[in-house]
Amino acid sequence: MTKLSVNRKQYEVDDDLDTPLLWVIRDSIGLTGTKYGCGVAQCGSCTIHVDGHAKRSCVTPMKAAVGKEITTIEGVSPDSTHALQKAWIAADVPQCGYCQSGQIMSAAILLKENKRPTDADIDSAMSGIICRCGTYPRIREAIKQAAINGGGK
Amino acid sequence: MTPKTELDRRSFLKATLLTGGALLIGTNLPFTSRAEERFGIEAEPAAEFHPNAFIKIAPDGKVTVVVGQAEMGQGVLTSLPMIVADELEVDWKDVTFEHGPPGAAFINPALGGQITGGSASIRGLFDPLRKAAAATREMLVTAAAQQWSVPVEQLRVRNGEVFHPTSRRTAKYGTLLAAASKVTPPTAPKLKDAKDFKFIGKNVKRLDTPEKVNGSGIFGMDIKVPGMLTATIMRSPVIGGKVKTFDDSAAKAVKGVRHVVQLESGIAIVADNYWSAKKGRDALNVVWDEGKMASVSSDKLYQADVAAAATAKGIEAKKIGDIAAGKAKAAKTIESVYWAPFLAHATMEPMNATADVKADRCEVWSGIQAQMVVQQMVAKELSMPPEKVTVNNTLLGGGFGRRLGEYVIDAVKLSKSVGKPVKVVWTREDDMHGDFYRPSAYNKMSAGIDAAGKPVFWQHRIVSPSIMATLGPGLFGFAPPPDRLDDTSTEGASNLPYDMQNLYVDWVRTDPGVPVGFWRSVGSSHTAFSTECFLDELAFEAKKDPLAFRLSLLEKHPRHAGVLKLAAEKAGWYKPAPKGIFRGIAVHESFASYVAQVAEVSVDKKTGKVKVHRIVCAIDCGQVVNPDTVAAQMESCIIFGLTAAFYGEITVKNGRIEQRNFYDYKMLRMNETPKIETYIVPSTEKHGGVGEPGTPPTAPAVVNAIFAATGKRVRSLPIKPADLREVA
Amino acid sequence: MSIFSNKTFAKLGVVAVACLTLAGFALSERLEVSPVEGSVVNEAEIAASADPAKAKAAFNEAVKVFFSARCANCHPAGDIPTQGDEMTPHAQGVTRGKDGKGVYGMTCTTCHQDSNLEGEHMPPGVPNWHMPPANQKMVFQGLTARQLCIQLKDPKRNGGRKTPKEAIHHLEGDPLVTWAWTPGNGRSVPPMSYEDFMKAMNTWVENGAACPE
Repeated sequence: MTKLSVNRKQYEVDDDLDTPLLWVIRDSIGLTGTKYGCGVAQCGSCTIHVDGHAKRSCVTPMKAAVGKEITTIEGVSPDSTHALQKAWIAADVPQCGYCQSGQIMSAAILLKENKRPTDADIDSAMSGIICRCGTYPRIREAIKQAAINGGGK
Repeated sequence: MTPKTELDRRSFLKATLLTGGALLIGTNLPFTSRAEERFGIEAEPAAEFHPNAFIKIAPDGKVTVVVGQAEMGQGVLTSLPMIVADELEVDWKDVTFEHGPPGAAFINPALGGQITGGSASIRGLFDPLRKAAAATREMLVTAAAQQWSVPVEQLRVRNGEVFHPTSRRTAKYGTLLAAASKVTPPTAPKLKDAKDFKFIGKNVKRLDTPEKVNGSGIFGMDIKVPGMLTATIMRSPVIGGKVKTFDDSAAKAVKGVRHVVQLESGIAIVADNYWSAKKGRDALNVVWDEGKMASVSSDKLYQADVAAAATAKGIEAKKIGDIAAGKAKAAKTIESVYWAPFLAHATMEPMNATADVKADRCEVWSGIQAQMVVQQMVAKELSMPPEKVTVNNTLLGGGFGRRLGEYVIDAVKLSKSVGKPVKVVWTREDDMHGDFYRPSAYNKMSAGIDAAGKPVFWQHRIVSPSIMATLGPGLFGFAPPPDRLDDTSTEGASNLPYDMQNLYVDWVRTDPGVPVGFWRSVGSSHTAFSTECFLDELAFEAKKDPLAFRLSLLEKHPRHAGVLKLAAEKAGWYKPAPKGIFRGIAVHESFASYVAQVAEVSVDKKTGKVKVHRIVCAIDCGQVVNPDTVAAQMESCIIFGLTAAFYGEITVKNGRIEQRNFYDYKMLRMNETPKIETYIVPSTEKHGGVGEPGTPPTAPAVVNAIFAATGKRVRSLPIKPADLREVA
Repeated sequence: MSIFSNKTFAKLGVVAVACLTLAGFALSERLEVSPVEGSVVNEAEIAASADPAKAKAAFNEAVKVFFSARCANCHPAGDIPTQGDEMTPHAQGVTRGKDGKGVYGMTCTTCHQDSNLEGEHMPPGVPNWHMPPANQKMVFQGLTARQLCIQLKDPKRNGGRKTPKEAIHHLEGDPLVTWAWTPGNGRSVPPMSYEDFMKAMNTWVENGAACPE
């Protein structure tokens, strides 16, 4: 059994240490907000935080997160009140919604490290997350709005 | 939607899922609505007023709109409830939604099936939903009139209550449910005057956004059923190949692998979870009987298209006047070949489905665009009556025409085989290889202008495989005979809006053996490219401004002209573009909507790399329900169109689809996304679609702008920078 | 010019670098041979055994490794790493960032792990996967062998490494370097073995680290 801390809750799982965190989180722990899109770190739908750093969970072996704090979309705020979540709702960003967990998790790191991101900063931080519905223009606006609303707190 | 309602809905959904479709709703005030019997909906012991398939009202006044269409990003979970809320006169905060089951009541009259596609949800359901909501409102009013013994005419409704101005009595809808349920539903309820619309035509926030920003939204991939196993299937690398022999000893040794099952489609590894199933599959050894496609490659298919275009007999799609007579008048004739490749849908959520087959019934969970078809397919597979098959539709992680539902069958077969619920998950590579691709289209075009630059003939031959031949039998129960037109191949070309006195459009059907299907905007996804670029060529030959040339040929098509003018005005078409930036324009009608786009691009002379700076889009989609959704769909359509224009290409080598994942089937990303502006033509015309019509004009607008920038005409997609380098 | 080359160890000042860029090779060769203050190498010892022709030949061999895709991909001219044997710009709009570790939610280690991952197109990895930082870009791509050689010896551009010996220290056993020979998943490796590469680099150092013309 391996101990993991996800969203400040402790879990014990019996997956192999090399199992990608994505499947540990989805299948063993049961948090399905983190999505599978490509399995090869190309699309970013699976983005989570490990000790405050963005990680593509589909290529991150579980062993890399042992003893560290894992945060998924479900843990980014207790009640959907993260500035990004509020901005996402205000701008009606999602369409199908499948990639949005990855988008928000990526944007959260951006805002944590850059309180007033420029368009170029947003491009640099967000171009790893594919949205097939094309919500990019709204993601850009929502990030800027969240920054104004103190999202990088 | 308040968090509380959201919670209620979720727990309701959960209850539904966990109890095999039995609705567990508070039963403190059971009754059966006559309307339920009338609409053939199974009576449920519920406190709710369920006057028809679409609407449920709870004692607390909450209104649930049952949406039988699939939500794949286009916003039906909001736009359809808006229509109901407006006619029902309820507060938006009291409105929520529920995914509807398969059912005759949910057949979209615009399509003749319970299918989400063809940009038809509003087009087909606006009237039925209004009528259903108006009838419900009249039943509530009648109930109040009976309780108060006043004439119906004296009563008014507002914000979820009936009131009697004279006596100042009010009754919330929630208090009238039992009485209303005894009222015979009116057959011709009075509809609101459009000027009184409260929601229709206004920007309303989507009801499904909250669950899509906190991870709680449930997609097919997220379904969990007690006792469920997860499967991955190893399918033939060659299209149509079959298993010859296989060795599963190593696969069975993988921890968590429970069963190895041979299916028609391949070898399934059924395991405790996805990763075990995937590892088990990686350990499989299969020898394939590759079949006849093993000798097929893209270059050969292209050569076959060239030959077919030159020699085959075409099927007529449209004829006006006489081409020979037109050619005789031509002062100048041009000929071009346009090519559009096969394309994958590449929805962000790979295909998946969960099934639980019991002896006498079956339940499936998946994101599906054609629930009734799936219900029938599953029933046939299990030799059960369709009513024994429960289909739970989830959120769709993208549809674009891909999610018709055939992938459910493997889950059904596996669940039946292993006696447990089974979720089948496709890998991204499975998804890329197992698609129904947008057909390739080889276009042989010729046209002439007279001395004054006026077109005198237009001839267009399209060589492409037939979507209906692939999907017709499963979806609609028939395939078009080989000598009949499949107009999904020629739509957008056969109805060319430009004034052409002599026009001939025909189609040569090919059968490359590559499965083809509906891909966002279907035929228009390639006919807009060929027609709008070739028309641009004609304008150039006529030495006319591309916009003026178009407008001169659209006198009989004011809505085309209207969007062109609007897009051109907003883009500043007649003002000089910023230095180094060049503009192109295109217009196209599809799904009863008219869309024009102006693209602003620059081209790096050294690398040939194209940067799209801005796209200005104008749409006339008739009466609008939610303008912000229209704008969102245009943004979506344009980015989808740009992805296809710059990256989209599926190729075949020795019968194998060559592309595997996003590294070789690329998607537009944030750093490549231009500024997009959408303008909506105010209109009271009948509704047009919005989910697809924004895609067709994008590639031609960009390609026409590239011509303006470089003098080079891109006639083959995707756009290749190497072709645009300025030769030193 | 070769008569100057047996003296060793360039020290290029800021002004000199600018001159080098402007004035081209003749001037740079001159600068290269100016005596280095505080050199840790015994100059007499080197002078005795140094063979500039040998140094240049060794560098010309070794440089093929620097220019190979496995090494050059993370040493681009701009701020975008490249990938694959075709050395195409890294997908996903990846950028260097100040510390060479990427930016925000798009750091190198967002995807690259401590080891290569099995499977086609899976991100390769070693601990601390990164690029040179923004202030010491240590460009390999687009340079001539000579330009690369000069850069390698320039403490202003090589991370403050004062001597060629120090400069090649990074090559000795750094997992980021040795990874190039164990890149996994069928990726091509540099055109000579790591041992031969280090041998050539040491030959270059031992023979006065002269730069090829």
